Amino acid sequence: MLWFILRRCGSAVIVLFLGSVLIFLGIRALPGDPATVMAGEEASPAVVAAIRHEFGLDKPLPAQYVDYVAQTLTGNLGRSTQDQLPVIDIIAERLPVTLELSALAMLIAIVIGVGAGIVAAVRRGRLADYVATGFGLAGLSVPHFWLGLLGILLFAVTWRVLPASGYVPFTQDPAQNLQRMILPALVLGTGFAAILMRQTRAAMLGALSADYVRTARSKGLSEVKVVGAHALRNSLTTVVTVLGLQLGALISGAVVTEQIFVIPGFGKLTVDAVLTRNYPVIQAVVLITVIGYVLVNLLVDIAYAFLNPRIRLSGGAHD
Amino acid sequence: MTRLWRRFKRRPMPMAGLVLVAAFLLLALAGPLVTGDPTAQDYLATLAPPSAAHPMGTDDLGRDAFARIAHGAQVSLQAGVLSTLLAMAVGIPIGLVAGFYRRWLDPVVMRLVDVTLAFPFLVFAVGLAAIIGPSLKGVVLALGFAQLPAVIRITRGEVLAIREMDYVAAAVADGAGDGHIIFRYVLPNCASPLIVQATVAIPAAIIGESTLSFLGLGVQPPTPSWGVMLTTAQQYLSDAPWLAVWPGLMIALATLGFNLLGDGLRDVLDPRSAR
Repeated sequence: MLWFILRRCGSAVIVLFLGSVLIFLGIRALPGDPATVMAGEEASPAVVAAIRHEFGLDKPLPAQYVDYVAQTLTGNLGRSTQDQLPVIDIIAERLPVTLELSALAMLIAIVIGVGAGIVAAVRRGRLADYVATGFGLAGLSVPHFWLGLLGILLFAVTWRVLPASGYVPFTQDPAQNLQRMILPALVLGTGFAAILMRQTRAAMLGALSADYVRTARSKGLSEVKVVGAHALRNSLTTVVTVLGLQLGALISGAVVTEQIFVIPGFGKLTVDAVLTRNYPVIQAVVLITVIGYVLVNLLVDIAYAFLNPRIRLSGGAHD
Repeated sequence: MTRLWRRFKRRPMPMAGLVLVAAFLLLALAGPLVTGDPTAQDYLATLAPPSAAHPMGTDDLGRDAFARIAHGAQVSLQAGVLSTLLAMAVGIPIGLVAGFYRRWLDPVVMRLVDVTLAFPFLVFAVGLAAIIGPSLKGVVLALGFAQLPAVIRITRGEVLAIREMDYVAAAVADGAGDGHIIFRYVLPNCASPLIVQATVAIPAAIIGESTLSFLGLGVQPPTPSWGVMLTTAQQYLSDAPWLAVWPGLMIALATLGFNLLGDGLRDVLDPRSAR
């Protein structure tokens, strides 16, 4: 088990290293010279050269990369070219907003998705199954941003029960905060609920036809116990894996959802940074996304191994 | 082939998918010929609700929404198909070579694939769109590259399985060269998982194009794209709600069609998942 964890950590470090190189090179492949952008349109070549020197842009690429890693590790992610604020401060302000949105969306997705998946599997071939399966297919095909627009159209424009957009910090007014977050979280969570529902249903159907469930039934256990304690428990590995695999989609979904509902989170920061060519911010948000993504996948792999002894003992989930 | 078709057409859901995909193709290929200029403005009817003259209404500049939907379908189709073709054209050879020459190339290629997989699809596409610049070309390149890891993985996985087959061993014993084995035995056997992958990748790219365009990082106005149309629609949500309905419905139906078709193809082409 320890060997398995160490090996997974090792490959995560390699991926992070190569990822940081890719980001570093990618930023330098962007059109436009950052020094010229920072200096402004009218700046003289001398000013541009001074800025280039100040930011170390005149050094060879490998030296720039070493500088970049050293700076990043000490928490210095540079300054935003828009307002000169330290990027690390901007991210510290924006990230919790997105984490709240994602956590709420995940909660909604798990409650609806796993719940509907269980019901669909237990009532296979009946009306409840068709409703849940239909919802699953529709949820997969509808893009987040359209769902968001429809949500605003229904809840904010037609029924006027929820605000259309805007954000209030949780610490300032929890009730207002939740009132404004519920629609975005619902929009973001629906797609994942659909995916979770399909996977839970498939896993539960497999588990319900397994021998141990027949044994549990023949022992005279109640149906609730059979489904809850035996079938569901063995379907959880699937749910955990899907959650890990969908993290990237969750981040992408948050980018779009925040844009529609004008929520000042990490995703909106990303899009705004790309639109304004704010290189230090782009570099930092992509790096942090990759770090988060790699870390969560590592945790999912380890959790998966704990839940599934076959992987724990054979030494690896992948070849 | 006819046997597969007979198995396929018995199922209602994949057939519904096929119909939706066919309707989407018809709209994209023939629609623009019927509807005329998507940038023609009717100043007497701005933000007009659906009517006989404008079956889907008009936008803020008095442009016919149906004409823009039809031209937008063309943009979606281009983004979906071209980016998938690009990913296949680059990814299949890499996957074939990596899987076939396991010892030297495979570890390098797979680590690179792991790295690209460490970037969430949209973040990767947003980054690439930022490098290439916002345009349809940028979207196709960004989505194509973002799909690359999946294509490489699938091809490589198939190659690893196929090269252990007895018929490959027989061909080797017969004195066949690497190239002959790859093109005669390995490549044809990779076809069905890659066809299924295409039915997953095309709708993902259609959503990807509309998302990037919606965010202002893809196709630029005045070129009609379903994503661009939704950006406009968001500004006039209370005055012209129909503008928000059509493009999204089109994206959802096109995506649903490909998903249903893909599910059906998977059942028919992959004997392991058939019940």
